Amino acid sequence: MTVSAGSSSSGAQEQRLTVVCLHGPLRKLAGNRAQHELEGATVVDLVRALEARYPEIAGWILDERGRIRRHINIFVAGERAGEHVTVGKGDRVEVLPAITGGSR
Amino acid sequence: MTELIVGTKKGLFVLEGEPGDGFEIQTRTFEGQPVDYALHDTRSGRFLATVTSPFYGPKIFYTDDPAGEWEQAEGVALPEGGEQALERIWVIRAGEADGVIYAGGDPGVLFESHDGGASWEINAGLWEQPSRPEWQPGGGGLCLHSIATWPGDPDRVAVAISAAGMWLTEDGGRTWRRGNEGIRPRYLPEEALQNENAGRCVHHVERAPRQPERLFMQFHGGVYRSDDAGESWTAIGDGLPSDFGFPLMVDPADPDSAFVIPLVADMDRVTPEGRVRVYETRDAGANWSARGDGLPAEHAYLTVLRQAFDRRGEGDGLELYFGATSGDLFGSGDAGATWSTVATRLPPVFSVSAS
Repeated sequence: MTVSAGSSSSGAQEQRLTVVCLHGPLRKLAGNRAQHELEGATVVDLVRALEARYPEIAGWILDERGRIRRHINIFVAGERAGEHVTVGKGDRVEVLPAITGGSR
Repeated sequence: MTELIVGTKKGLFVLEGEPGDGFEIQTRTFEGQPVDYALHDTRSGRFLATVTSPFYGPKIFYTDDPAGEWEQAEGVALPEGGEQALERIWVIRAGEADGVIYAGGDPGVLFESHDGGASWEINAGLWEQPSRPEWQPGGGGLCLHSIATWPGDPDRVAVAISAAGMWLTEDGGRTWRRGNEGIRPRYLPEEALQNENAGRCVHHVERAPRQPERLFMQFHGGVYRSDDAGESWTAIGDGLPSDFGFPLMVDPADPDSAFVIPLVADMDRVTPEGRVRVYETRDAGANWSARGDGLPAEHAYLTVLRQAFDRRGEGDGLELYFGATSGDLFGSGDAGATWSTVATRLPPVFSVSAS
């Protein structure tokens, strides 16, 4: 994976299908399915594609600023990733709650 | 039968019973999640709950059956593309017009629903206040926590924001103006009092329904009364063991009534002297009387949060209920003269709503 300089590069790079795996209650909001094949060049592109397919999940992973919520972790190919990380061919994306979120 | 909707750090509880005869837990839902506020809108029969998942952000949910499925409401978010995110919904209040409900949250935001809580939109008049960049948050964030509607007039609403003070509208929320005259924050230097953007840390506001020009306020150090619909305020805290606290309630039948639950101070937010007491005024704040018969009177250092105090009925039939972060819940069926324990060992109580 690499970090993209722009906020989104979905139209500029080669499109590919990436497997995005959801955990916890996010699965229920996405058709009760854990794995989704989505098109997008960056992490935020993939989440937006997920939101387009399942509108109920909007606001659960990204906040209004388009940022990953503080206690959500997204891993790309096993490494924790920010919104603008580019997803490589064959990378697997995991979206799951962080262990840091349970203090309250 | 009285129904108590209790929001806690670890879920929503519905209890039913009669004051003095005991209550039973009927339902627990949103297990493990912080429920900041919940109520039963008896106009529609709908239950609404604000849940702030530490993982997935603040949401409003609604249902007709609290033991059944809850639906997520739409539109509970700030405009996309800005520099802020919605942090929490602190309160929900029924409006005066049919189907209208308000919700207040952090960062100092008011939402309106016109369909009983299924969908919401932000109040643009308050959101676009030019002074907003100067607003200062209180310790709990920039929370809009009090929404005082005007019986019979849906255009007149007062809201309170910690620590952006009181805001008043007379045109249904299109325009807003401040209402902080007379408030004297002791935590500000004298020269800062002229700065209207310096923090006015209002903790809770309630309107007297039979005399809507009258409002009562628990401030961050100070209890106040307004007789001009929130334009100006008079200190009425003399006679209390402490004028610091969070919750406040009124008797709808008596515009001269108010009830507060003092805490020691901002640096020691527990009930004074290890005794749990509700203080009542029946003369608009000239005198205060302790109402603690039946409440813990020794080594009881409780914290009662701003939304954890509610009422049902009025006059001689006034019921009062409050919960503490200790997980204790107390109730009175005789306007505070005597109290009994409603529940113990709940998770920390964030909110209590009686219906």
